[in-house]
Amino acid sequence: MKIGLVCPYTWDTPGGVRSHVADLALTLQEHGHTVSVLAPVDDPSLLPPWVVDGGRAVAVPYNGAVARMNFGIKAANSVRRWVRDGDFDVLHIHEPLAPGLSLLACWVARGPIVATWHSAHVRSRILSAGYYIAQTAMEKVRGSIAVSEDARRTLVAHVGGDAVLIPNGVRVDAFAADGRLPEITSAHPTILFLGRIDEPRKGLDVLLDALPAIIARVPDVRVYVAGPGDLGDQHENLDPALAEVVTFLGRVSDEDKARALRSVDLYVAPHTGGESFGIVLIEAMAAETAVLASDLPAFRWVLEEGKSGALFVNEDAADLAAQAVRLLTDRSAREQLTSAARIRVREFDWNTVVEDVIAVYDSVGMPGEKVTTDLRGQIVGRLGIRPVS
Amino acid sequence: MWLVIVIAVLLIGLGFYLSMTAGRIDRLHQRIETSSLSLDAHLLRRSSIAIELATSGVLDPASSLLIADAAHLARTSADLDPVLKAQAESDLTAALDAALADPEETLEIAETQLGSDLLDELDAAFRRVQLSRRFRNDAVRACRQVRGQFLVRLFRLAGHTTWPQTWEMDDTPPQGLAER
Repeated sequence: MKIGLVCPYTWDTPGGVRSHVADLALTLQEHGHTVSVLAPVDDPSLLPPWVVDGGRAVAVPYNGAVARMNFGIKAANSVRRWVRDGDFDVLHIHEPLAPGLSLLACWVARGPIVATWHSAHVRSRILSAGYYIAQTAMEKVRGSIAVSEDARRTLVAHVGGDAVLIPNGVRVDAFAADGRLPEITSAHPTILFLGRIDEPRKGLDVLLDALPAIIARVPDVRVYVAGPGDLGDQHENLDPALAEVVTFLGRVSDEDKARALRSVDLYVAPHTGGESFGIVLIEAMAAETAVLASDLPAFRWVLEEGKSGALFVNEDAADLAAQAVRLLTDRSAREQLTSAARIRVREFDWNTVVEDVIAVYDSVGMPGEKVTTDLRGQIVGRLGIRPVS
Repeated sequence: MWLVIVIAVLLIGLGFYLSMTAGRIDRLHQRIETSSLSLDAHLLRRSSIAIELATSGVLDPASSLLIADAAHLARTSADLDPVLKAQAESDLTAALDAALADPEETLEIAETQLGSDLLDELDAAFRRVQLSRRFRNDAVRACRQVRGQFLVRLFRLAGHTTWPQTWEMDDTPPQGLAER
């Protein structure tokens, strides 16, 4: 199958949607499909051959954050050219309401179009202001996918229509590979925290509050904190007694994140809220590391109510400490969790998830149908102007 | 003079809106059309695999006969009224469910290579029927919503086309197939 994927956010900056598209593209190619990805690109010299440069992105405020996207007549033309030359069997648009390449692709193409909804909290102001635009764009989408129940609910409530739930995938084999992070000791019991250190909802404070109680029972414990954020504040506020136990690794690459997960005894996810999926838990499970997470609904679902990872009461440092001590001192308890996690994680393996995505591709078109360019419904189309071929 | 200009602008605006909406309705009808064809293709695929399963010898004779009969009726019902066609397809689902309800029995069928391949294909076909039916009904819902608007009805923008109908049938895969 020839598949065209559209990513609205710039290829150069790491992000949830961008890595979803990259993993999907890689897995589809491993399954023998031809894939072309259209995305905004800042530095074309580093692109893999299957990514097409959709133009330079500019930073714009959208949906409460700053997103790097591109739009305008030039972008519209490059989308049209890409669709015309691609000869795709399916066009798969990600985050269709992001006002960039995705929305443009919806406008210029017709035929078998699939859209994946990622974000759960699209501001209602955007949706009400853009309702007509959203409707006319969504009407062309023949099949919608939502990555989480929250994302599905947002679509159903605000735009209308139905979506198939297909969760995010993880490239399990990439996390299960070998290699440790040299910075992390193997001589002590170790705990890892991942995520922005200056963002309260990632819950680093809960872990640090629990630390004295953990040290009291496991004196030689070492804690590693990997993630971007302002180190200065955290260092100054840190109790000197904790300072020799805690090591800040700073921002780590995807490869080093996998290595760090494989190097520790316990991964702790003390997130206090705002998580709709918890992909990082699945990454830890894929790296065969025992997981201890707060009991957010999304985490409880991923960890099967504690079967494939331990849970503690959200924001309760004492409970976190008790659970962490139990797991750090009991190797067989950790192994029980990781062996259950090994089975659970297969459900989120891209090799499994991609089958569901392909089933959607198969269900949106007539046999032999192709994606073509479309000018109908646009003013230029009404005046009889056709694209120059 | 101003009044004339205002009325002219309003009329042009209305004309534009109506023309855009007529385009939308036309597009939605096409979407229903293509998704119906997709659904038909997957239903046909499902009944073909059912017939293959019935004649492969991996099932007991009673189940084989039941499935072969239902699959034959589903395949020959293509020219019938949509309601009868949907009924025939639901009957095929029921026949498959009767034969493949027990997960232990399907595991036994899957022990042979042929049985395992056929069950995989049937599972994939079921999933595609479910998805394409869902997408088709979603297109019907979107089309009905636009066609129900006051201006659309007033100016009869949908012309003489019939009111779109959803496709209702039982497409739940047999328990033994889903739990395999």
